[in-house]
Amino acid sequence: MKRKVFAYPYIVWMVLFIAVPMLFIFYYAFNVDGSFSFSKFWATLSDPEKWRVLWVSIEIAFGTTVFCLLLGYPVAYILSNMRRSVAGFISVLFFVPMWMNFVLRTYAWQAILEYAIPNLLGWADKTLTGSVGSVMMVLVYNFIPFMVMPLYNSLSKIDKSLIEASGDLGANKRMTFFKVVLPLSVPGIVSGITMVFIPAITAFTVPALIGNGNYNLYGNEIEMAFKQAAGSSGAADYSVGSTLSIILLLCVFISTAIMNRFDKDHEEGGNLL
Amino acid sequence: MKRLKGSFKYVYLALMLVFLYLPILYLIVFSFNDFSSGRRTSYANLGLWKGFTLANYSNLFSGEAGSALLLTIEIAIISSIVATVIGTAAAIGINAMRKRTRSLILNISQLPMVNPDLVTGITFMMLFAFVNGILAKSGIARVSDIVKLLIAHISFSIPYVIFSVMPRLKQSSSMLYEAALDLGCSPMQAMWRVVIPDIMPGITSGFIMALTMSLDDFVVSYFVSDLRSTLSVYIYSAARGAKGVNPALATIIFIPLVTLLLIVNLRRISKEREDEIQNKKVKMKG
Amino acid sequence: MKKFFCSVLALLMLASFAGCGSANDANNNNGEVFADGDQYGQIGGELNILNWGEYIDPELITLFEEETGVKVNYVEMTSNEEMLIKLKSSDCVYDMCFPSEYIIEQLIASDLLMPLDMDKLPNAKNIAADKLEITDSFDPGNKYSLPYMWGTVGILYNTKMVEEPVTSWSVLWDEKYAGQIWMYDSVRDSIGITLKYLGYDLNTRNPEEIAEARDLLIAQKPLRKGFGTDNMRSSMVNGKAAMAVIYSGDAFCCMDENEDLAYAVPMEGSNVWFDNVVIPKTAKNTEAAHAFINFLNDGAIAARNTEFIYYSTPNQAAMDRLDEYFTENETYNPPKEVLDRCTVFHDLGEFVSVYNEAWSKIKMK
Repeated sequence: MKRKVFAYPYIVWMVLFIAVPMLFIFYYAFNVDGSFSFSKFWATLSDPEKWRVLWVSIEIAFGTTVFCLLLGYPVAYILSNMRRSVAGFISVLFFVPMWMNFVLRTYAWQAILEYAIPNLLGWADKTLTGSVGSVMMVLVYNFIPFMVMPLYNSLSKIDKSLIEASGDLGANKRMTFFKVVLPLSVPGIVSGITMVFIPAITAFTVPALIGNGNYNLYGNEIEMAFKQAAGSSGAADYSVGSTLSIILLLCVFISTAIMNRFDKDHEEGGNLL
Repeated sequence: MKRLKGSFKYVYLALMLVFLYLPILYLIVFSFNDFSSGRRTSYANLGLWKGFTLANYSNLFSGEAGSALLLTIEIAIISSIVATVIGTAAAIGINAMRKRTRSLILNISQLPMVNPDLVTGITFMMLFAFVNGILAKSGIARVSDIVKLLIAHISFSIPYVIFSVMPRLKQSSSMLYEAALDLGCSPMQAMWRVVIPDIMPGITSGFIMALTMSLDDFVVSYFVSDLRSTLSVYIYSAARGAKGVNPALATIIFIPLVTLLLIVNLRRISKEREDEIQNKKVKMKG
Repeated sequence: MKKFFCSVLALLMLASFAGCGSANDANNNNGEVFADGDQYGQIGGELNILNWGEYIDPELITLFEEETGVKVNYVEMTSNEEMLIKLKSSDCVYDMCFPSEYIIEQLIASDLLMPLDMDKLPNAKNIAADKLEITDSFDPGNKYSLPYMWGTVGILYNTKMVEEPVTSWSVLWDEKYAGQIWMYDSVRDSIGITLKYLGYDLNTRNPEEIAEARDLLIAQKPLRKGFGTDNMRSSMVNGKAAMAVIYSGDAFCCMDENEDLAYAVPMEGSNVWFDNVVIPKTAKNTEAAHAFINFLNDGAIAARNTEFIYYSTPNQAAMDRLDEYFTENETYNPPKEVLDRCTVFHDLGEFVSVYNEAWSKIKMK
């Protein structure tokens, strides 16, 4: 018996439950009354509102990623310079919230922004929910551990003697950071960005719970197309949602391709985590 | 100056920790708040302190929250066991393949990990709607929510298992398997007695990854299930509703989590320190 | 590193979950609960119910389960359109559902509903005749549905923030209340009341009138706090918004919790709605579904239910049992002149896509 056969159940599973379901997206996007046609696909794509929502989502996701990086990098840097045992302890504290249900945490933010902070500041009839800023802040909150984790991993792998050498060769601290530490942490930055950017575009729970229905992002658009917006017949119109998903997948592949180009030590598979 | 910089570090870390823990602590504080008004309980009034009570804890698991929790655990355990079995077998099989096929399959296996969970969710939704539509016409029982959830969770977990087991397999030499065969083991025996024990750490971490992925999932379950809700789906629908979510849920997840984590970590830290001292002693002797 | 955390945390979660069982405190006072002395034998099986959020007293479900041995799976939705999608899906699993009139019209037209078996619903006699007259307009002969709750759409406002009396929808476009106005996240309701404000029919099929309403709602954007559903309630109760377009039942419930709140149905007129119970054709456990409908229409049960959710019951036997707090309240029991200026929604057929398009423009801006 060859060992190869052990992979067969997985291959069957993969075809049935990964490949076939994906085909449904293409089926519904290009199927008009039972025959292949681009008409519905183009009809969805020619709606400028859809593109506007995509653009706004990309902007918000980009902002989220930048804030995560700016706030997370110092954390990872500080942790990587601490004694390992202490850093291990503190990093545990950083990653614990990740394992708390994120919907529950978002719900808590809703209450904090709606009641706690305004009441504390004495704005009895004001709230902070329903603004872009609050949506973005909660997105940053949800995704920052995913940025810190890979950054910490790559920063703590940097050989400390390189930094000492840089100092011995006359570089000051700032130069050492920009010329040695930062370039060496690029793989961490890259995987941090991949772990934040795309999930931020597709996050529909945060806008739904924090945005008061004012800030529908691309994820909400897809969710509504499948779950809420009935077509003229009243049944769910999968074609719109499928078309939007194809555009989303394109975004994913473009950004993954860009990231892989930056990430030079790309191993054979599985370097995403 | 240097000391000031040092303390700035700690202030920054502390501020970030406050930011991360604020919502959790907020829920824990409010889990002792009295939310009752008449015969109803409105957890959505999460801003008004009306008095101390333990009632939120006593009715935490009555009704939907309890069954959602049970379902979540059921799905997580079963799906991660199945995913570990299929994924480990797959890793062993893939490892034995020629390089080209191997990297092809590994690249395809990355798809579900790169794919946004939103897309995974809707594809499963369409698949099951299609299958159940056919089954309904032919009068056979439909695919139930539990089966749908299991299939979806197993599917998105398998790649994580494969990529946890793969590095271990690369470290372990394929000679081992061959040697076992030469020494008279049947292929199955060789697998069970030699290969599996060798890659056990990878399998364990794969299993735990799968378990975490499943416990943590919201989006896929949200699209897949019609009747039964997992904990995240329950929380989402309650959060959008008038009743709100019982904040005691936060305590009940958080407190055990942190306690055990700290215990495990403190033990690890003290062990590391011992090692350090040991090392120093060795150095001094040298 | 991550894997290590994963492992520990997963184990921890398990440990913490293992300790919790489900504690169900059943109330066993079944002796006196039914007004009509019904007997429900063991029916068994499962009953899948699709309903709005916070739209039933959960104790009643427990009571029904104990009485009949049926296991109830109860799923909540936030909009009529969401319900419609679920019911139109080839994969519909629900045994009963509570959509509003215009959805019922469409479901009847698409032949998706099962005629109710009135022999199994002796308590249907409790439903007030004048209510059945209205529901007859969208379900001729009340063949497929029975009214469950009814009410109006109006403005719930905080009298501390809104000093003038609210008599017109125009207050929703008053710049004094910028950022303090909640609109209902539902295509027919939000566009419908705007049409009424403009003096049009809320079932209009005139694209120009809809475009006018759409532009008005787009112009309202800077004044709006957002589009909400059930989540508006806590916001209003806690004084975080000045006013909300809301259903009368929700309004009454909020007014019960905060006495500064008041409800008005503007003089331009509004929508009167009915949420009726229906059984989809694909329902599996029709026996249990009928039993549950009958159970809900028992005078005592209906009274308990309406006292819990604050929505108006069409059940006369229940009305007779309610105290003045409910029956004398104009939000709960609107006088005739209010009802006279309200219209029922009707299904628009394919024309609904004009509404949907306008709605997505409004929400995306």
